[in-house]
Formats: sequence, structure tokens, C-alpha cells
Amino acid sequence: MAHIQLPEGMPGIVGPLAFSPETAKPLLELAEVLLRAPNTLASAEREMIAAHVSYRNECDFCQLSHSAAAAAHLNGNYDLVEQIKVNPEGADVSDKLKALLAIAGKVQQGGKQVSAADVALARKLGATDKEIHDTVLIAAAFCMYNRYVDGLATWQPREREAYREMGEQLAHQGYTRDRFRETPRAAQA
Amino acid sequence: MAHIALTEGLPGIRGPMVFSPETTKPLCELVQVLLTGPHSLTAAEREMIATYVSSENDCYYCQHCHGSTAAQHLGGGERNYEFIAEMKRDFKSTGLSPKMKALLNIAGKVQKGGKHVTTVDVERARQVGASDKEIHDTVLIAAAFCMFNRYVDGLATWQPHDADVYREIGEHTARLGYVGRDYKKPLEAITSRQESSVKKVAGS
Repeated sequence: MAHIQLPEGMPGIVGPLAFSPETAKPLLELAEVLLRAPNTLASAEREMIAAHVSYRNECDFCQLSHSAAAAAHLNGNYDLVEQIKVNPEGADVSDKLKALLAIAGKVQQGGKQVSAADVALARKLGATDKEIHDTVLIAAAFCMYNRYVDGLATWQPREREAYREMGEQLAHQGYTRDRFRETPRAAQA
Repeated sequence: MAHIALTEGLPGIRGPMVFSPETTKPLCELVQVLLTGPHSLTAAEREMIATYVSSENDCYYCQHCHGSTAAQHLGGGERNYEFIAEMKRDFKSTGLSPKMKALLNIAGKVQKGGKHVTTVDVERARQVGASDKEIHDTVLIAAAFCMFNRYVDGLATWQPHDADVYREIGEHTARLGYVGRDYKKPLEAITSRQESSVKKVAGS
């Protein structure tokens, strides 16, 4: 049971978002800008950073929903997303993305863990200042979302199947649509 | 030196904020809703939660900005600043209300990780009068500062160790809030220091 009275049947962050619409607005706008606005990093890459950080923070709802969103951007390639979470070094992605994932992993531990060498390596592999900035902020933001979701002990389905439809919606319709506040069909079943 | 090229002379989060206006908008709106405006917790209390979490995360800039803003909300005197320093060191020994102590305990758990918050922590807060909204807002303030602190330190921003800088920031923020501000504007405490060091060099 959640620590506070949340609307029934809403998984993860969806409950607290409905509980507190005035904070939901900037929280969803932030996710939309970070993960879906035009960027030299593909949405799939940014969702993978979000999934990786959420996995490291052991937040089931966030890691499964953003894995599903990343996979939806990748035509359903869940294998790649799984690899990114567990062992990004061995995944079939660019060296630049691997360097950015390493920075994101440092941010997850604490901001001061990011070293000049981490940043120099990313830059050597082609990362721009904006890409480094956005990686740090995506990782930092998921250290917030994960704590929000787990700190209130929200209800979180554990099966990947429950997130497939949510992932499609997040990938293709985004975070700021009104429909986000409706209960996904998979969760109602 | 910061990890990316940021505008010179802007301390802490101000550099990244000016670097990335499209993310600054929701970030400022979030902190505005959480820390300012009408609420059953005073602005000073909410700024104290932000300060405590930033101190636990060892983020120099955030703990001094928000500590100063909290002190300004309490009157802005030297003893208010001392109280904030004491609150960061050991809030349990302060004269804060039992409700605030229970909420700070929850905030400290969130700082470690969301799963650290227990039913017992929440029950205790509720027994001393905390509402669902106060518990929700405490969790979200603490979570948000785990983001802001990582943003500020993860980019290795410039964080001057100068009490006048934070006093000026606290005075402005307690009065003006977070949205609709010009964060590009240099702080007087910083420009006056630069001018005096230029004069020193010119006179030597």
C-alpha cells in the first residue's frame, strides 16, 4: 500500500501526478523537453539513459516504463534495452553513447563522482556540451522521479507486459498529453 | 572549471540555467510550486527541507542558497543563519516542531533512496499532525533536490565560498521567488569583489 492515499489503479508515478496536478505540470514538461524535444541524441538514446539510471536506482516502474519507451523507439528491440541497463559496455551502441551512459551512472551515485576524465572521454568520442549537459540532467532528473515513485511506495506492476502499451504512448504521444493521466488499459486488467 | 562551457561569473545552477533555457522553465516552475506560495508548511520550513537534503548530498551551492533563503524567511538575522547551520548539523536537537522533525527524517530517507522511507517513518509523521499533502510534498522536495544537487555538482559548476554571495541570493529569492527572474544578471557580491581585486592589481 502506498504511504499516502492515492487514486486506485494508477501505477507508479501516475498516482502522485494525479494527486498533485500543480507539481505534475512542470514534472511532465521537464520529461517532455529532456526525452522528446528535438536533440542530436535520439529519443531512444535519451530513454535508454533514463532506463539505465532507473535500473541502477532499482525503481521498477521507471525502469520498466522507460525501457518500454526506448524499445518502442527501437521497433521493439527489448534485447538492446536490457543490455543497456545491465552492461552498457557490451551493448551494440555507439562509443559516444557508452561514454554518456558512464557519466549518467556517475551522476546516479552523486554529482561529484563525474570526473574531468569521464567528460574528456565523452568529448573525444564526439559528445557536445549540450549532449553532456542533457545527459547529466536526464540522470539527475531520474534520481528525482525514482525517489518520488519509491519514496511514496506506489503500486508498481512487475511484469514487462504491463508496460508495453505505456511505452508506445510515451514514445509516440509524449509526456504532456492529457491522456497520460488516464489509467493505462494494461493496468486495469 | 566546469565540465562544459558556461557563462563566466554565474555561480552554481545559474550557469546551466542560462545554458539551457528550455529545461530551466519547468525546473523553475517546479521549485516555485514546491517552495513558495500558500501552504500548510511555511516557506521557511520547505526551504529547510531543501537545505537539509542539499547538505546531506554535500552540495555547497544549494545548501547555502536555500539555507540563506530559509534564514531570510525567518527574519534574516545572524541567529537565523546560526539556526539553519544547527538544523543541518543535527535537526533533532533543535526547537523545531515534532512534525518538522518527522518530515526531515522522511526527507533524509528519500536522500538515501526512495525505498528507505518506511511505513513507520510515515506513521510517525502522521501521528504528529502531518497531512498526506505535507508528506507528498516533503518526498517530492527531497527528491527534487537530489536532482538539483546532482545537476549543480555533476557539471562541476563554480561555487564560491563567500557568505555575502549567498546572503544576497537568499534575500532576492525570499522576496521574489524563483520564476520570472533574470538569472543572467551578475550578483553584486560577485561584481564588487571583482572590482576590488581589479583595483588591487591596478594599485600594486
